[in-house]
Amino acid sequence: MKVIEDLKYAKGHEWVKVEGNRAYIGITDFAQDELGDIVFVELPDVGTNLDADDILGTIESVKAASDIYAPVSGTIVEVNSELEESPELINEDPYEAWVAVIEMADGSEVANLMDGAEYEKFCKEEA
Amino acid sequence: MKRTPLYESHIALGGKIIDFGGWALPVQYTGIINEHRAVRTAAGLFDVSHMGEILIEGNGAGEYIQKMITNDILKVAMGRAVYSPMCYENGGTVDDLLIYKLEEKKYLLVVNAANIEKDLDWLKDHCEDNNVSITDLSHKYGLLAIQGPASQEILQRLSATSLDDIRFFRFLTDIEIGGVKAIVSRTGYTGEDGFEIYIPADKAIGLWDRLLDIGADKGLIPAGLGARDTLRFEVALPLYGHELSPEISPLEAGLDRFVKLHKAGFVGRDSLLKQAESGSYRRLIGLEMVDRGIPRAGYKVFAGDREAGFITSGGMAPTLGKNLGLALIDKESAQGSEEFFVQMRGKLLRAKIVDTPFYVK
Repeated sequence: MKVIEDLKYAKGHEWVKVEGNRAYIGITDFAQDELGDIVFVELPDVGTNLDADDILGTIESVKAASDIYAPVSGTIVEVNSELEESPELINEDPYEAWVAVIEMADGSEVANLMDGAEYEKFCKEEA
Repeated sequence: MKRTPLYESHIALGGKIIDFGGWALPVQYTGIINEHRAVRTAAGLFDVSHMGEILIEGNGAGEYIQKMITNDILKVAMGRAVYSPMCYENGGTVDDLLIYKLEEKKYLLVVNAANIEKDLDWLKDHCEDNNVSITDLSHKYGLLAIQGPASQEILQRLSATSLDDIRFFRFLTDIEIGGVKAIVSRTGYTGEDGFEIYIPADKAIGLWDRLLDIGADKGLIPAGLGARDTLRFEVALPLYGHELSPEISPLEAGLDRFVKLHKAGFVGRDSLLKQAESGSYRRLIGLEMVDRGIPRAGYKVFAGDREAGFITSGGMAPTLGKNLGLALIDKESAQGSEEFFVQMRGKLLRAKIVDTPFYVK
């Protein structure tokens, strides 16, 4: 399982990469491995306002559908529409295949997320 | 969780273990799509040792089984396997099973793993003939399924008996596979050519390893429950708990040809006859999504603006690359011309009726 040290992580196995007040959201290597072959991604609409823990989108593997949750509150300002045609990019490189960008309403929420070491420990406890 | 004799092999092969009705079994090894493709184009090896084997023997065994199932086994020749639903009095389904006539008064019933206890209770409760004995042999058998176009060539390498002699839905007992006495039938659950091999539980690991070794050059790989489900779904074979259940009759599931209504006195006949005569029972149809979305079991199906039924199984069909579902809907909707919708996460997405099986070789 690959964990990138300088990203932030949510308990729903989403990763967050903060650039200013923009947060790139994706799912972790642990999550894509658990899901297996990903065949469908439902992206949010740009302009949607979300609170932290709201459903941001849905990822479906051959076996099942799983929701992605917003790790932080804010507005969707960009989505990775390449994933609609090529959902398998998430399996191939989960930390490159971002799903959406949230313009954060409150940057201090990032402090509620785990860092790489904490997330690694979290996964071990869950496995 | 219960384990099959091959549990350690699954771990060693990197199988991702899940809880399947109380059994620890691999959902995949390398990936469901990869394993699915291997079975459609070369061959896959499945551990299906969790399936139940129930031996029914004695004077009157044939008549007794005949009473319990919807299909007709009385005139069945030796060496032929028979598929049949088994019903409750109300026409709902207890289980669907394979019946092997081993000898004149000796039959092996192969039942779904999750139903072994239920089936045994049901069978014993309905057996009034003291000459008929019902024995659970599930733990004594290991069961491997080799499936895919290369199956025969691979399996033949381990047997002196010509597999050409086993035609579709036929079997041979006491044939040697890799030095192990086995029952081998040309049956399966994938829509491909292939064999199911019944062996003593303690021989399962040895045969599993030999098959994977000897079949590797023909593309044989281990395949898990995930691929087993996508393969059977593409060819619209019913899965108990989805297309069949205590609430779903075999007629509703479209299994008419396995329900012999002319046969006297089998359990469930009166109810099934009424269903057939009224014709108003639900229908199982195939749906293909027109809008973007993957139908899943339990999602509601609408015909026009009317709720018509629900998805029994659904998913992305790997061979076809389409998002498909089997749906159990009321008769009027099945025969009407309205547009279909599947409700997903609060949205109604368009779908159209398509023929089943979805995939035809």
